Amino acid sequence: MTTTLDAAKSMHRTRQGSLKIVHVDRIRQWGTYYVAEARMRIMLKFFWSVLSTAALNPVLYLVSIGIGVGKLINTHSGGVDNVPYLTFLAPALLASAAIQNAMDEVIFPVMEGFKWNKTFFAMNATPLSAKQIANGVFLAAMIRTLFSVAIYGLMIFLFGGFTSSRGWLAIPFGLFAGASFGAFIMGLAVAAKNDDTFFMILGRLVIMPLFLFSGTFYQLSTMPLFLQWIGWLSPLWHATELSRLFTYGHHISPIMIVVHFGYLIAMMIFGARYTHQQFEKRLSK
Amino acid sequence: MSSPLETPQGDSAELPISTSADVMISAKGLTKRYGEFVAVAGIDFQVKRGESFGFLGPNGAGKSTTMRIIAATLTRTSGEITVLGKDPEKFGPEIKAHLGVVPQADNLDNALTVQENLYVYGRYFGLSKSFIRGKIEELLDFAQLIEKRDVKVEALSGGMKRRLTIARALVSEPEILMLDEPTTGLDPQARHILWDRLFRLKEEGVTLLITTHYMDEAEQLCDRIMVMDNGSIMAEDSPAGLIKTYSTKEVLEVRFGSERNNSIAAQLEDMATRIEILPDRILMYADDGEALLHNLREKGLHPNTSLVRRSSLEDVFLRLTGRTLVD
Repeated sequence: MTTTLDAAKSMHRTRQGSLKIVHVDRIRQWGTYYVAEARMRIMLKFFWSVLSTAALNPVLYLVSIGIGVGKLINTHSGGVDNVPYLTFLAPALLASAAIQNAMDEVIFPVMEGFKWNKTFFAMNATPLSAKQIANGVFLAAMIRTLFSVAIYGLMIFLFGGFTSSRGWLAIPFGLFAGASFGAFIMGLAVAAKNDDTFFMILGRLVIMPLFLFSGTFYQLSTMPLFLQWIGWLSPLWHATELSRLFTYGHHISPIMIVVHFGYLIAMMIFGARYTHQQFEKRLSK
Repeated sequence: MSSPLETPQGDSAELPISTSADVMISAKGLTKRYGEFVAVAGIDFQVKRGESFGFLGPNGAGKSTTMRIIAATLTRTSGEITVLGKDPEKFGPEIKAHLGVVPQADNLDNALTVQENLYVYGRYFGLSKSFIRGKIEELLDFAQLIEKRDVKVEALSGGMKRRLTIARALVSEPEILMLDEPTTGLDPQARHILWDRLFRLKEEGVTLLITTHYMDEAEQLCDRIMVMDNGSIMAEDSPAGLIKTYSTKEVLEVRFGSERNNSIAAQLEDMATRIEILPDRILMYADDGEALLHNLREKGLHPNTSLVRRSSLEDVFLRLTGRTLVD
């Protein structure tokens, strides 16, 4: 005779126990991807807003500055750096969009994970390591950044900003900038005690000057020397220089090529170490 | 010499996670200091397989700190501890693989739905997608959240969130389920549902570790209770054993009005085994409460209100620490 209770019980599978079903080696190997997968799932909830921001943002910049200001410049001086203004501007805009995207996707999850929902503490109760949590969030941020800059690239192409066949190389260099800066900012976001002040300082005193003084709209060398240091510190400038070199043949000395790569790679390595350290510290408090 | 604590450090590295041992957790001289402040002051305890073990004490007693050391998310200052035969500081992921952790405050992913929360958590344990899918059905049923499966977490009530947090901790079928204040902030009905669910887990042989400052919860759920205060163990026994050792069978609660409680207390002292003067009432400990009340009246002492009840863990705590266990 089958009672309802028996029926209910038979729905439950027999318990196997974690000793049988959880394999730490597998988690050691794949943990970063599990975290990234979860992050992507959350991002997909905002897919349409991500997509529309990714598409609309470049259109606004390309129309207003690339075409509007560009026409002025092209008529008066025949372009910048021997290319049409839009060609000169595109790699910088793309890199700065990459930085902005990477920042958003590392700062907000970090705030949410440590402060708002405390989901990182839930992850920390699983076999995932602090490093895997950080890397997973970062990996997902880079995927989102790649998606956004690819759309940016497409918009530039549609606006005729890629005058050479190598124009698409602006995409990997943009991502490079986003990764370097994102790795570093992620650690800062973990260390930030007060989010409001952190966002205000970062937005107004760091991001805005970086965007304006990194040789984005004109060559850095046209700035007086006492303002050029901002560009020197800025990952945006280093990435833009490389991007201009590869997309249209902007002239850079071999030493400076090494400096640009070196700076971005160093920032990424230092940023990753710092971020890992901050994650470990905060999760074990 | 069979205690896992006496295993030389070098050897424990080669031992696999202990699958058959009876002792799940073993601590000796476990200490945690934050500068001058001692959160856990050299405690010893053991938890056996299938046991439901409670840490009882007021806020700041060191319960959560002890739980976090067991869960390999906090390092100890000194002393020894093994969980499933291993040192949590050296084998964090190996130990965490077999723990289900329910923290004091729910830390669910608010942007995700109920079933997505279960899904991503299962993935963190490296479980296959097909296994998790089956498991979700079982857990939704367990947590009574079947009809809420596609609802975002932010729209759930406190009790539902709590049940989901517990369900989430069970996705990996843990050997030990750790619950930090599982029912704090829940209404009585939600608490009873939760107790019922936890009782079922206990029947399935899951080892439960519970911290609480609710006496009734400790009495309902725990086989054995460790009473903690200021980082130390005050007593350790079954709920009934604690009451037997530290209290009388019954308690007579009398109120003479806040003005008179203190002045009258001297006359009451010799009549009961022990008395406790609280701001609003006097507790008189005796094996026969009714008889004591009768004596009181015969002496011409007429309290404004009186109540005879059975001794509870609250009385044990009062006896051990001189304080009540209120929030």
